[in-house]
Parts: sequence; structure tokens; C-alpha cells
Amino acid sequence: MNKRIYGVILAGGQGTRMGNSEKPKQFLVIAGKPVIIHTLEKFIVFSEFTEIIVLVPRPWIAYTRDIIKQYVPDEKHIAIIEGGKTRNETIMNAIEYIDNQEQLDDETLIITHDSVRPFVTYRIIEENIKYAGECGACDTVIPASDTIVESVDGSYISSIPERRMMYQGQTPQSFRAKRLRELYESLTTEEKDILTDACKIYVLKNEPVHLVEGEVSNIKITYPHDLRVAEAILGGNGQC
Amino acid sequence: MLNTVFQLKRPRQFEAVFKNVELDEHHVLVRPSYLSICNADQRYYQGMRDKEVLKKKLPMALIHEGTGKVVYDPTHTFGVGEQVIMIPNIPVEKDDIIEENYLRSSKFCSSNTDGFLREFVSASPERLIALPAWIDPCVAAFTELVTVSYHSIERFERIAHQRRNRIGVWGDGNVAYITALLLKKIFPCSKICVFGKHRQKLAGFTFADAVYEITEIPAETEIDHAFECVGGTGAAHAVDQIIDHICPEGTIALLGVTEDPVPLNTRMILEKGLLVIGNSRSGKKDYEGVLSLYTEHPEITDYLENIVGARISVRKIRDIVDAFETDIHKMSGKTIMIWDK
Repeated sequence: MNKRIYGVILAGGQGTRMGNSEKPKQFLVIAGKPVIIHTLEKFIVFSEFTEIIVLVPRPWIAYTRDIIKQYVPDEKHIAIIEGGKTRNETIMNAIEYIDNQEQLDDETLIITHDSVRPFVTYRIIEENIKYAGECGACDTVIPASDTIVESVDGSYISSIPERRMMYQGQTPQSFRAKRLRELYESLTTEEKDILTDACKIYVLKNEPVHLVEGEVSNIKITYPHDLRVAEAILGGNGQC
Repeated sequence: MLNTVFQLKRPRQFEAVFKNVELDEHHVLVRPSYLSICNADQRYYQGMRDKEVLKKKLPMALIHEGTGKVVYDPTHTFGVGEQVIMIPNIPVEKDDIIEENYLRSSKFCSSNTDGFLREFVSASPERLIALPAWIDPCVAAFTELVTVSYHSIERFERIAHQRRNRIGVWGDGNVAYITALLLKKIFPCSKICVFGKHRQKLAGFTFADAVYEITEIPAETEIDHAFECVGGTGAAHAVDQIIDHICPEGTIALLGVTEDPVPLNTRMILEKGLLVIGNSRSGKKDYEGVLSLYTEHPEITDYLENIVGARISVRKIRDIVDAFETDIHKMSGKTIMIWDK
């Protein structure tokens, strides 16, 4: 049986950090297209994906379906489903969807990616597929450019970790889907509460996560400032 | 889709920019795999072009010699994963007389439009040629350069008179090597004589019938036709020598690129009734011709493998700079970038 690989685009956020923006940030337009479409296109060009699952808040499902139909010539391999309350619940919804299709086995891979990171490169996705397949889990990171300061009480420094060992997390984060769900379900409520991303599930359970070299340009469009940065590095509406 | 394009912003400085690429049903998306540095790219990189030219053309992605892997093909011309040669000349009109590479309207990657230093190249399927698996990928990377030589020989064959006992090739660089090699295969009965500056480089032309250092050419040496593959500041001297040694009504094919005008001994061109043919770039039929020639004479690719120089894996902009700097300091040969960006 061929290994099944799913692209999982996480667009569950409501974009509250975008100030007065009326739309979730993944639907804002850069270079003539919604951000989520640019991101989706990066996945569409991979023939390895069995299906690409887009997870959005329920009120935005119809809207997402409409814009995908508008911009994507062949949308047959794209499923649009409802996201969860948290990032990890959203990922669990994707795994449940795969399971309901009777496509979930030990080797099934999910390549999870923020819908608001449209600058992800082919190489990064390619290496996520490779290392998730080989190691079971991988995380895209770049070396930390700033010194990281830890403070337990928020007032005083408790430690300054050595910078050469510090990385900033990006996405994609990729996993063997069945194993990810098993690990997530084995967590206590307290453990679930401190999760910031899916890789942390593996760290809490002492399971290895391989690093994939990210790119500084693989920015997350979170704040209005990020949108301006995105437009600046696009250099206008150039085509090539 | 947002495509990362690595443009030369100013001499010796590359910058990643993002440009939109439409995933329409008429274009194939190719991911570059093996890219070869040409002297024309070096002239931009080192800022050797005229200041006004640089101002007009930069920022621009360099590289026009390369192969790639098809990643998305809604035209169903190629299979996903198939290796292809990318043709940098992009005609926008068809002319029954003028060839595509001489049409003033044609676009050319890394000259008046972005070259192949990109995450993806979106191309019409007619601008891609399936690459046979048996050809070494580093050799395949500089097929464009081979097609330029092939194109000049194909025109020579049509135009030059039939006495082709001795054909001279001036130059000892990559273009001279390739041109002399193809001439030997296409005209096996002709004697191919190479005239170069460096004894060391000339020693590599093992397939040639004779090699001469340009400072020691016997006065009585005669050739029926000549190919000038010198270019640059040496072009004027090379053409002078050719005019001295060529027989009447011979054909001179010019291939060397010069930045400055070259004075020509028109008196002797007139007296000898010489034909001078300018050659530049190539068209799709030249790629097809080269691949047929490789199939007919597979040893050509072995000879071409001998001129593959540094092979540099590129994951960062710094690696692109390293590749160009390595290429500057090479004695001869082609520098290949293995694209992993």
C-alpha cells in the first residue's frame, strides 16, 4: 500500500491580533490573492499529497469553499472542515477526518502548516515529508537570532540559555498521524493546557522530533505589521 | 503561488524576493535541479556590463543554463518528477524567416527577464525538453551552451562552401571546446584545428586534429573556414589571425561576446571575399538537434563531462555567492550549482 500523506492547513484562528481587521488574517489579500490561497498553492503542487485538508472556523467554511473554487483550478483533492477550539484540537479534527475515510494507519503522515505562512518553500515541505516519514515527527525551525531570556516570575531573569542551542519554531510540523493522536490522548488535562504546539506533545512524552531547517522569510502573518512586511518582500505585484 | 526569486540586486549581492506565479492550465511548474554559470552571468555578477545596462536590467535573477524536475503539469505533457532541460529563449511571435533567437521581441532568461535562480520556473511546455536519463545531470545543465555551438555549426553548414578540409576554431575555453568537439563529430572528414592561448588548456582538446598556440602559428597554415570562440578583449586579435590564415571565400562564424566594438580588417575581408556570420543564442530545434547528436555519438557527453568543474550544492544565498566566486577563480570548465534551495 502506498504511504498516504495529507497536507493539513490550519486556519482555525479568528485573527484577533490583527487589530480592527474584520476578516480572519488568513483571508486578507496580498499580491492579489487571499493569504490562505497562496499557502494552499504551495501544497497543491505536491503530487505526494493524497488530500489537502483545510480547517477553518465553522462560520468561514462556505466562504473558504467559495474562494478556493475561485482561485484553484482543480479543487477535487481539497477538503474543507471545521477546526477545533485549540490548535491541537484542530489537528485532531483532521486526523478524525482521515480516520473516518478509513485511511488512517501507522504510516499515514500529516504535514500541518499555518495558513498564514504563505512564504513556505518547496524544499521545506519536501524535507518535512522526508523526515516525518523517517523519524515519525519533525519541526521546522530557524536558529534564534536574538538571545532568549527566561523569567519564571516575569520580573527577574531566571536563566539565559546558550543561544547556539536555541531555535525559533515555524511550520510545517509533521507527524505520523496515528501516533500523534495516541500521544495526545495520553496527556493529562494539565499537560494539554500547557501545549503551545503539536511538537510539544512529543517532547512531553520523550519522543524524538527531527529538525527541518526553515527560512527567515517563512514568516507568520499575525500582526498588521507582518502584513506590511509581507507586502514589502513581495515587491509589488510582480509576476514570473 | 508565491515563488522565491533570487535576484542580483547589484553586483555581487543577491536578494530573495517573492513573485506571484499563476497555476494556470497552460504552464508547467519546474523546480530547478542543476544550474550552470555562464560568462554572461558573470559579467552581471562582477558588474562588468555598462553602468547604464546594469541600471536597466538589475535586479534580475541570473542563470540561463539548467535542468529541472517537473512538479506540476496541468498540460499533461510531462510526468511529475520527470527531468527536463529548460529553454531560456521565450519567443512571443512566430516568423517564417527569422529564427526565434534573433527576433527582437523574444525574451531571454537572465537577460531581459528573470533567469533560473528561482524556487520554481513556470514555463510553457514548448519551452521544455525531456532529458534522457542516461545523460549526466551536470553535463545536461549546460546543454544551452552546447546548443549555441550547434546552432552556429548548423548555420555554417547551410551557408559555407563545400571545401571543408581544414576548419579552424579560435579559443581554448568552454565554447571553443564544445564547438571543436561538435565539428569533429558532424564533419568527421574535416581536420579540426584549434588555435588557443594556453598550452595547458589546449592539451585538453584531445579529439582535435591539430592544436596551435596563437603566438606560434606557422605562417603557411591555411584553413578553409573558421569559428571565433574567443570574445572579450581577445576577439579583435583572433579575427585578425583568422583573416590572415583563412583561404578566399571562407566563412568566419563569430561566437565570442565582446563588450566593446571590435575593429575589422574589412579590406582583407573584401579582397578574400569572406563571409562573416554572427551567431547568438539558440532555438528549440537546436536543443532537439543536440539531443539527437548525443544519441548518435554518446561519447560526446563523456568529453563534456571532462569540462565539468566545481559542483556546488546551494541551500543558502551564501552558497550562490560561493559558486560565482569559485567560478571566477577557475582555470577552465563549467561551474554547476546543485539546487536545493
